[in-house]
Amino acid sequence: MTLRIAEKKGEWINRDMPLTFTYEGQTVEAFEGDTMSSALWAAGIKVLGRSFKYHRARGVLSFANHDVNALMTDGVDTNIRADVIPVSHGMELFAVNTEGGVVKDKNRFIDRLSPFLPVGFYYKTFFKPRMMFPFWENKIRKAAGLGKVNFDYPRQLRPKRNAHCDVLIIGAGPSGLSAALTAANHGKQVILVDENRYAGGSLGYDHAADSSTSDKLETLLKQVSEHSNIRLICDAYAGGYYGDHLVPVVGKEGITKVRARSVIVATGAFEQPPVFRNNDLPGVMLGSAAQRLVHRYAVKPFHRGVVVTGNDHGYRTALDLIAGGVEVLALVDMRQQSGDEQLAAAVASKGITIHLASCIYEVIPSSDKLGVAEVVLAGYDEQTASARLEHSSRIACDGVAMSAGWAPAAALLYQAGTKMRYDYAVEQFVPAQLPEGVFAAGKVNGVYDLALRLRDGQRAAADAVRYLGGQDVEQIEVTQSFQLAPSHAYPIVHHPDGKNFVDFDEDIQVKDFINAAKEGFDNIELMKRFTTVGMGPSQGKHSNMNAIRILARIRQLPVEQIGTTTARPFFHPTPLAHLGGRGFHPHRLTAMHEWHVNHGGVMMEAGAWMRPAWYQPQGAKLTAQQAVQQEAMAVRNAAGMIDGSTLGKIEVFGQDAGAFLERFYTGKFADLQFGSSRVALLLDEAGVMVDDGVAARLAEDKFYVSTNSSNAATVYREMQRNLQLWGMSVTLVNLTGAMAAMTLAGPASGSILTELTELDLFEEAFPQGAIRTAEVAGVQARIMRVAFVADLAFEIHVPSSSALHVWQKIMKTGQPFGLRPFGTDAQRLLRLEMGHHLISHDTDGLTNPFEAHAGGLLAMDKAFFTGQRSLQILAAKPVKKQLVKFVLDPGFSAELPKECNLVINAGQITGRVTSIAYSEYLNRVIGMAFVAPDQAANGQQFDIRTDDGLLVKARVVQGSFFKLSAQ
Amino acid sequence: MKLLQCPVNGTRPISEFTYGGEYREAPDPQTSSDKIWADYVHNRHGSPGLKKEWWYHGPSGTWFIAERNTLTDNVSRTYLFGQEKDA
Repeated sequence: MTLRIAEKKGEWINRDMPLTFTYEGQTVEAFEGDTMSSALWAAGIKVLGRSFKYHRARGVLSFANHDVNALMTDGVDTNIRADVIPVSHGMELFAVNTEGGVVKDKNRFIDRLSPFLPVGFYYKTFFKPRMMFPFWENKIRKAAGLGKVNFDYPRQLRPKRNAHCDVLIIGAGPSGLSAALTAANHGKQVILVDENRYAGGSLGYDHAADSSTSDKLETLLKQVSEHSNIRLICDAYAGGYYGDHLVPVVGKEGITKVRARSVIVATGAFEQPPVFRNNDLPGVMLGSAAQRLVHRYAVKPFHRGVVVTGNDHGYRTALDLIAGGVEVLALVDMRQQSGDEQLAAAVASKGITIHLASCIYEVIPSSDKLGVAEVVLAGYDEQTASARLEHSSRIACDGVAMSAGWAPAAALLYQAGTKMRYDYAVEQFVPAQLPEGVFAAGKVNGVYDLALRLRDGQRAAADAVRYLGGQDVEQIEVTQSFQLAPSHAYPIVHHPDGKNFVDFDEDIQVKDFINAAKEGFDNIELMKRFTTVGMGPSQGKHSNMNAIRILARIRQLPVEQIGTTTARPFFHPTPLAHLGGRGFHPHRLTAMHEWHVNHGGVMMEAGAWMRPAWYQPQGAKLTAQQAVQQEAMAVRNAAGMIDGSTLGKIEVFGQDAGAFLERFYTGKFADLQFGSSRVALLLDEAGVMVDDGVAARLAEDKFYVSTNSSNAATVYREMQRNLQLWGMSVTLVNLTGAMAAMTLAGPASGSILTELTELDLFEEAFPQGAIRTAEVAGVQARIMRVAFVADLAFEIHVPSSSALHVWQKIMKTGQPFGLRPFGTDAQRLLRLEMGHHLISHDTDGLTNPFEAHAGGLLAMDKAFFTGQRSLQILAAKPVKKQLVKFVLDPGFSAELPKECNLVINAGQITGRVTSIAYSEYLNRVIGMAFVAPDQAANGQQFDIRTDDGLLVKARVVQGSFFKLSAQ
Repeated sequence: MKLLQCPVNGTRPISEFTYGGEYREAPDPQTSSDKIWADYVHNRHGSPGLKKEWWYHGPSGTWFIAERNTLTDNVSRTYLFGQEKDA
């Protein structure tokens, strides 16, 4: 452990728990609490990955969760962020995006080709000749992307949690901590989240060698942990901001949806790199990364190094480096003068030479190109952003700490709808107008001095408390004055040979921006897409600000006129397992569900319900088609029974019940006899068919209405709305779940049912459409004769709790008669044989009753029903299409047309097939289709075009399909 | 996710609600011309601004009217149909 230093107060490693792991096959020792990067760095291993495009060696950059060149795989997960994810004993890690190992990566030659790979190269190069594109596409797809997807990834179910609070504070740095204490002291319930393993933010590492900083942190953390109103969640990031203060907080165990009454964004700022040649070599890192290495992990960033800075933070870094045992050889300040005099004096007192108005012109790599050998110092001309080489000198060293300024971590503020402005005093975007209930504090608000940040947290919390109704809370003012901004306005050093990187994710150099602008992509959104700046895994966290500054200078516009790109959720890559939650997809099961499954039912989703499509009889090996035909034949020749519990079942009570149904449906119900029913056709206001069910009258003021399974919820909802609109004295009870239903159909159905009930089932006593209340198998039931699947069929409605009992009794009783259960597939065939259309299957969102032979269901002489006025208009116009029944020729054996195949007449489309099936009972292919009105006469032939372009002859049938054989 | 105030059940997450379309006064079907009726049935104007909308609170089965600015997505008030004056 060559770079590990003596224990640091507040360090995140546990020296009592040593562990070992391997990296690229090499065994490495570490301590519990080390991240992958910190452990490797401590061991002197500096090549942590290869860059995306040029496969350049990369090491540590930020140590702040956007070191996207140090991505690891442990064999299960991929693209693990090595800078923040802790290492554990026995791990076997490899860098991603390499071929043949990270040190000897076979693709490292691409770096030498980089002059031939300018920005936009891929867009412009591979699209012609066209025949070569598939070849190049294959190559490019292999080169693109980072880690390999693990197709054996274990399935993970991550429940969503919910939390509520008065104030959600995002970021537990100094401003977040002080905001939390202030809000909590005013009695507010506070949730404080931080993406780091421990709270504290910059208090934990940005000390400038002042040991009182960690004491301050200790005090704050103690107060926070002891405050009963504060819940601190670490190791979890706020993924986005959604309407009305909903913030998903993403932790290892999944997402907690935090619903807050107000939100304080204290997310801080991302340190931004100065741009100079070879600023990406392993050993060159951000100042704050160097501080984190020293204070969190007790690791020296390098032995002898140079600090380059565009602000005062470089001075603070230099002091922390010295305290960490690093030999600081020079401090290079790109500004004309240093800012804080005390800091400058402190640095000077350590014997460090401060080079003002200077820059690093370039870093000279070691001979293996895997590290730093020397830096070239030069004067810096701010006007031209270039080095003055007449004053250049070389310093041999093994590392560089660089600071240029900050970019606010403002993604959540943008998502909440904050208007930002560019503040030249801080050289940063700051909130100008915040949405209601959203507050910003600390660096993200442009406040940098530690004491002021603590105060800004109090200020934001007081604002939040006042927003929540605490009118008596005093307003706090925060005023700050700078001599020099905390961010450099243009920390760029041009170099003729390039490799001065702006975006480390995507290997984008300064010249790439200049070239993009030359090609006309000089709007920030266009430039982003052309250069791909900010499109890598870090989403521009260290590159967008410099990109904006470069574009502003190219276009000679002020920064605020360039604008920023949109920061969408999620803030950080979030595993799909977290977003998917626990795979919660509710299904409704009927009372007979278990029975179906135990009797070979092949269950299908039907809306929210699970229904058997068909049954595989025990020991049989039927195809679906065979089973469906057998089930249908049973209904035609003996008896069959289907579970119809999914039907919508609504009771309509009250003195206006009849009048209500007359307004709601197209037919007449006021004069309906007790114990009988009528088809209930529902239209919308445009006269389009929406649903057809049955409305049966049980008493003067009581109707029992059924709806199609798929429309149960919608019809009930529309009934409720119209009831409110029309103000009628009616009560609705939705019995869809409470009542089960089964349809016993076929010639033997009467004989079976009569064994289980005392009800007289003979035709005269129980005609078509009648409803009776009687006991079936000892259970009080509503029995209806509904000729949907067969002429003789009984729909038996019983309470769900007794339904299985009734079903089993009927099944047992029916066994000697040849009774079989049938599924939804056979039901579709049976109703087609009967010539019944299915609404929204045979009809669509434009079909009116005149087009579907449903004119007989319209009581146009009523005073009002929904859709009536539109039908009056439609009735005066010729119909444009007609739904007809059709058959194919007997013995048809060619390619069967499919539903939605088109009806063709003289090369023109005149309609389409809506249903088609082979019926074993009829030994014919039968179906329904929309055709032109002049094609709809009985016996008329029309052509259906199959998928293969074949024209199939079909013939219109106006009577019953069952009379076909007689014709 | 937004919150919406049901006039009966109070503030609930939007996932409990179903949008029921813009509330529009129907012309009298007895007296209106075909043209006016067809315009009512088929034409909607999508211009943003303050709209009266039907919303349905599913768990309780409550229909109500929400006055919502479709430009800012700000709901100014909600009330049961016909109880506008008490809202």
